Amino acid sequence: MNEFMERQVKLTWHEPKASYDVVIVGGGGHGLSTAYHLATRHGITNVAVLERKYIGGGNSGRNTTVIRANYGIPEAVRFYQRSVELYQRLEEETGRWIMHERKGLLWLAHTEAGVRAERARARVNTAFGAETLFVTPGEIKEIAPEVDLTGGGQWPVLGGSYHPQGATARHDRVNWALAEGAMERGVHIHQRTAVTDLLKEGDRVTGVMTDKGPIHAGAVVSAVGGHVTALGRMAGLRLPIRTHPLQAFVTNHYALDFHPIVASMSLLFYASQTARGEMLIGAEIDPQPSYSYRSGHHFLQSCAFRAMTLLPFLRRLRILRQWTGVCDMSPDYSPIMGKTGVENFYITTGWGTWGFKAIPAGGEQMAELIATGETPELIAPFALDRFARDRTLADRGSAGTH
Amino acid sequence: MSLIIPCPHCGARPVQEFVYGEIPVVPDDLTDPDARDVDRAFMRANPEGPTVERWFHAYGCRRWLTLERDTHNDEIFSAE
Ligand SMILES: Cc1cc2nc3c(=O)[nH]c(=O)nc-3n(C[C@H](O)[C@H](O)[C@H](O)COP(=O)(O)OP(=O)(O)OC[C@H]3O[C@@H](n4cnc5c(N)ncnc54)[C@H](O)[C@@H]3O)c2cc1C
Ligand SMILES: [Zn+2]
Repeated sequence: MNEFMERQVKLTWHEPKASYDVVIVGGGGHGLSTAYHLATRHGITNVAVLERKYIGGGNSGRNTTVIRANYGIPEAVRFYQRSVELYQRLEEETGRWIMHERKGLLWLAHTEAGVRAERARARVNTAFGAETLFVTPGEIKEIAPEVDLTGGGQWPVLGGSYHPQGATARHDRVNWALAEGAMERGVHIHQRTAVTDLLKEGDRVTGVMTDKGPIHAGAVVSAVGGHVTALGRMAGLRLPIRTHPLQAFVTNHYALDFHPIVASMSLLFYASQTARGEMLIGAEIDPQPSYSYRSGHHFLQSCAFRAMTLLPFLRRLRILRQWTGVCDMSPDYSPIMGKTGVENFYITTGWGTWGFKAIPAGGEQMAELIATGETPELIAPFALDRFARDRTLADRGSAGTH
Repeated sequence: MSLIIPCPHCGARPVQEFVYGEIPVVPDDLTDPDARDVDRAFMRANPEGPTVERWFHAYGCRRWLTLERDTHNDEIFSAE
């Protein structure tokens, strides 16, 4: 965060203390939200967030900010619906403008199997508390007139699902609002502070070693995004996570108003318009496991081509910027939250390409777990031990992008 | 960056033609057979740094190759 932003955002910095009740590793959205909810919901403020770079410098400041609850399995629909609702109230609650805007999300199907999947999505969503409707090509044209229903002759739009609560918010503002809200109540945030090891007594975690010295803690939370394997190793845990790069790009200003978020099941891209008028476009992860932040031409070419197939107006625009984040991908495309089997060590990971929308509920639920010692019902299905219990939560069709 | 894999049979080809083959590394000190199965099926070494991995050239020669690659920056050292 540069000096200009530091003056705009009211953050106050402290020297690290020798010990805290809770130390959260990683100053992304999930770490900051956990701190915020510990302070606001449970009055636990003797808390530090340790961030090795700057807050929001990881995926929480690199994402395409799609907020939605239209997942494919009951456990996920319930959880993300909670997060969608918390986002809708976050401006009022924090008193900060996060540029939250309800846009509606269209998910287009181009095959009979795709149509069946979107019908099923609408049913599952409705049954578990999220609003999603099956829509015909005619209805799609009304919601998003820019869509070429012939799909360039090759990818005809046969139907889709519409999720009116689909929204976006400005990622940096979300991170800063949570950081300010937490700090205001006494939470410490230490930037440029990397955790290099965990302190342990027997099998219990008792704190962290940082590049600035040891810090003791009653509980340690790992919220380090794509770097979680290293944190797990410090705790003696092997994790079901593989790190993959994910890229996105924006075009120059599109003069007309493009209202909804449009995604395609078969073409695996999604597009929305930013408040500045740029078209923001993303797709699926790079195939190779990697921690590399390099962006490439192949992605631009392939993703732009797919996007133009359905949204021909994009041909007239120019690509301005592209960037990359590194994502913590779980084998079943669902997040992993909760206890780890190592005493005092908690984890929130597996956020992959879809964890921005989960920041409010993820932090709220992790805070409740740490404050009470009991795993809240909403996140119990997402526990790390689900793999050993043969209770994986496969939802790739809903989580492969945005 | 889109990774280019130097296939020993086909030459430099984009990663999209290949399928990644995880080499499971179940720790020796994990002795319980069920725990070993869970580890093999789900747990990932996910190394950051130089690593040896297997790739299948699905849309090319359809042979397996061994790749030495640095996962920190995608630099490739060797392929055979
Ligand atoms: C291009 C792109 C597009 C995306 N689009 C969407 C979308 O549209 N909708 C959506 O819901 N999600 C999206 N996502 C996913 C979303 O961004 C992430 O899931 C989410 O931001 C994860 O938040 P986090 O707090 O877990 O991780 P991060 O924000 O990555 O934060 C982790 C932090 O931990 C720090 N850290 C790591 N190791 C250490 C250490 N040893 N010591 C101290 N600090 C450490 C890092 O520096 C980093 O700041 C997208 C991601 C990308 C990359
Ligand atoms: Zn080959």
